[in-house]
Amino acid sequence: MKAKFLVPLALFVLLAGFLAYGLTLNPREVPSPLVDKPAPAFSLARLDQPEQKLDLEQMRGKVWLLNVWASWCVACRQEHPFLVELSRRNIVPIIGLNYKEVRGDGEIDARGMALDVETALAVERARGWLKAHGDPYTWSVLDIDGRVGIDYGVYGVPETFLIDREGVIRYKHIGPIYDAVFRDVLLPKIEELARAG
Amino acid sequence: MIPELGHFALILALVLSLVQAIVPMVGARRNRMALMAVGRPAAQGQLVFIVIAFVCLTWAFIESDFSVRLAAANSHTDTPLIYKITGVWGNHEGSLLLWAMSLSMWTVAVTVFSRNLPEAFMARVLGVLGWISVGFISFTLVTSNPFERLLPGAAQGRDLNPLLQDPGMIIHPPLLYMGYVGFSVAFAFAIAALLTGRLDAAWARWSRPWTIIAWVFLTAGIAVGSGWAYYELGWGGWWFWDPVENASFMPWLLGTALIHSLAVTEKRGAFRSWTVLLAIGTFSLSLLGTFLVRSGVITSVHAFATDPTRGLYILALLVLVIGISLVLFAWRAPRLAGGGSFGLVSREASLLGNNVLLTVACAAVLLGTLYPLFLDALNMGKISVGPPYFEATFVPLMTPVVILMMIGPFVRWKGDDGGRVVRKLALSALASVVLGVAIAFAIDHVSVRTVLGLALSAWVVLTSAQLLRARLAERPGVAALVRLRGIPSAWWGMWLAHLGIGVFVIGVTMVGSLTADLDVKMSEGQTAGLAGYTFTFRGATERAGPNYDAATAIVDVERNGTRIATLTPEKRVYRAQRMPMTESSIDVGPFRDIYLSLGEQVESGAWVVSIHYRPFILWIWMGCVLMGLGGIFAASDRRYRRLAERTATATNAKHAG
Repeated sequence: MKAKFLVPLALFVLLAGFLAYGLTLNPREVPSPLVDKPAPAFSLARLDQPEQKLDLEQMRGKVWLLNVWASWCVACRQEHPFLVELSRRNIVPIIGLNYKEVRGDGEIDARGMALDVETALAVERARGWLKAHGDPYTWSVLDIDGRVGIDYGVYGVPETFLIDREGVIRYKHIGPIYDAVFRDVLLPKIEELARAG
Repeated sequence: MIPELGHFALILALVLSLVQAIVPMVGARRNRMALMAVGRPAAQGQLVFIVIAFVCLTWAFIESDFSVRLAAANSHTDTPLIYKITGVWGNHEGSLLLWAMSLSMWTVAVTVFSRNLPEAFMARVLGVLGWISVGFISFTLVTSNPFERLLPGAAQGRDLNPLLQDPGMIIHPPLLYMGYVGFSVAFAFAIAALLTGRLDAAWARWSRPWTIIAWVFLTAGIAVGSGWAYYELGWGGWWFWDPVENASFMPWLLGTALIHSLAVTEKRGAFRSWTVLLAIGTFSLSLLGTFLVRSGVITSVHAFATDPTRGLYILALLVLVIGISLVLFAWRAPRLAGGGSFGLVSREASLLGNNVLLTVACAAVLLGTLYPLFLDALNMGKISVGPPYFEATFVPLMTPVVILMMIGPFVRWKGDDGGRVVRKLALSALASVVLGVAIAFAIDHVSVRTVLGLALSAWVVLTSAQLLRARLAERPGVAALVRLRGIPSAWWGMWLAHLGIGVFVIGVTMVGSLTADLDVKMSEGQTAGLAGYTFTFRGATERAGPNYDAATAIVDVERNGTRIATLTPEKRVYRAQRMPMTESSIDVGPFRDIYLSLGEQVESGAWVVSIHYRPFILWIWMGCVLMGLGGIFAASDRRYRRLAERTATATNAKHAG
């Protein structure tokens, strides 16, 4: 047996080793340093009553979803009908984090815009959008400059966080949620957390 | 009752595949005719039972028997009949059954069309195919039983994934599987030849038509998949270097190398160990593709629900099949030295060059596909490898392939005079470069990519014409029609397939150079312009489909004031899964496609419309059609039929004597 004829076999054994190890990994799971860590605190103006603030502490004791959205986000519109239906089913409260409503929109030049003007514009746009498409949110809060988004490591809209009674992030879903994701991933986790309490 | 019948039929098929795997092998080893003869009826019986199983499963889908878990998960009473049927393979379990059925069909085809192989060789071929069948049917039965009941039955099904409710689903998976699985025949021939040590020109001649037919199926399957992705996904792309696309492309590349290597082995007896290795490699990559898609180790749009036991089972299968064949290769191949010698400038050398390049290109695709997995396994982070990597490695590797592939047919076997070849082709080469530059200027898009692509396609077209002329000049004084008909169909096959590459390159180059896109918000009466066309939005209406609700936009397309087409892109929401889908609307033309997809509704009456202009995109698939036709011509060459007849007479004579 000449050595050179063993080369294909050796390469294959190496490859098979990697494939076997690959079976134990999950390529879909983008690691989030935030999972199983306390949710970063925030205190933001509510969309329905901007003079009132919603605090992370107010959600303590509940299992809830934090859904990052914006009216300029196309994928949000895809997931929206599902969120509306989900809110009707009353399974879990959904808090909307309206993310960079004005300055996130590529078509608006928000540089130099005063914060109160920007906020007013954001409120108008976001409310109009929820009126048109339905409002699934228990509350929505305004993250005008996206700072809370940074704390939560948001790098695309939409994203959804599952937060437990102790205020710990249990799961992060990137991209739109739809039936299958909710049924197979989120719902089992929600039920487990609800039972645990 | 009927699902249980299907389950039972599948178990019987497994038993028969075991018989087919063991008995003829033992017979061949002990030289017992009676045992060897068991292979054929076992293979044919196995097909009967797999077909029964498949029909039973299809029945559960058609009748909406939602006490069958698979039907409940992938069908719905409102699903149109055709998608109830295709839903059978729109999932993991059903597609495995389709895999097993394709294998069984190929095996039976071997028993029917290769009737004249030596009995012992045939017995080993059937034995090898039998073992593969055992692996896949048992995989289906043990880890992925399609007939599993759901008790109590579901009142309604979840419907087939809307992405798969498309005519593409009817033919894409069956074609692709016939291609993937078809390489098992070349593989079985190679293993049987390694077992007997008989790797000669006859072996190459037997394998060649089978390999080519499998390659034709795979070519068609990949082309249909690419066309489907083009019109379905809504952004006008035709190839995404998605892991699963790569999984089908790798066996295609290696299969192409195999076809050419078999030609050398058949004609000159050279490259024998290389050809065997390619035969093993091509089928191994088909299996690897199945593993990647079915195990979920790589993320992809094609991945179904994943399950670690399934991944482990199929990996074990992979290791057994490929491992054993490579051990056998290492053991037997050293004896295969020899074959005709050849010079540096010769047909053999050019074929070898292309073989090596195709193999390296295949390795590059493999590396890119598995690189995220390698890094993840070595704890070096999560990354994804995108189109830039593949384009950067693929173009430089394929450019010499295209150049060489047109030189090869002009070069003589064994050895040729380099000067003669250069003199013959210099004019075409020069003309190609000039044409490439000139056309790039004419379309006002001068870039390296564009000039290269245009020059390469000009080279293919010009040298193809030259090749045909040279071939016709071989028989002077005979009427042109007679001369045309005198050319063997294998030659036509080569000529067409190579020309197809040229047509394909034209399409890719033009799409890559002159593509134009526009996303625009439109309300009734508004117009937009792109690439010389004017688009007028005529409003959107709502309509109810069988299992979805749609908003349909009406857009008039005009050029220079004359209306060319009215396009109706749609936005659908499939009721059962509430999944939104974009249904594009395309005006197909020989020199350009106008491609519209409907985006979101921005406000009352206003929608985002995506307009895409795709010049020459049809040529990409026309190129594939020519390649496929080439394969069909090559496989139907008279010498394979003559071979069959000759062997038949010889065998009969032997029996008579």
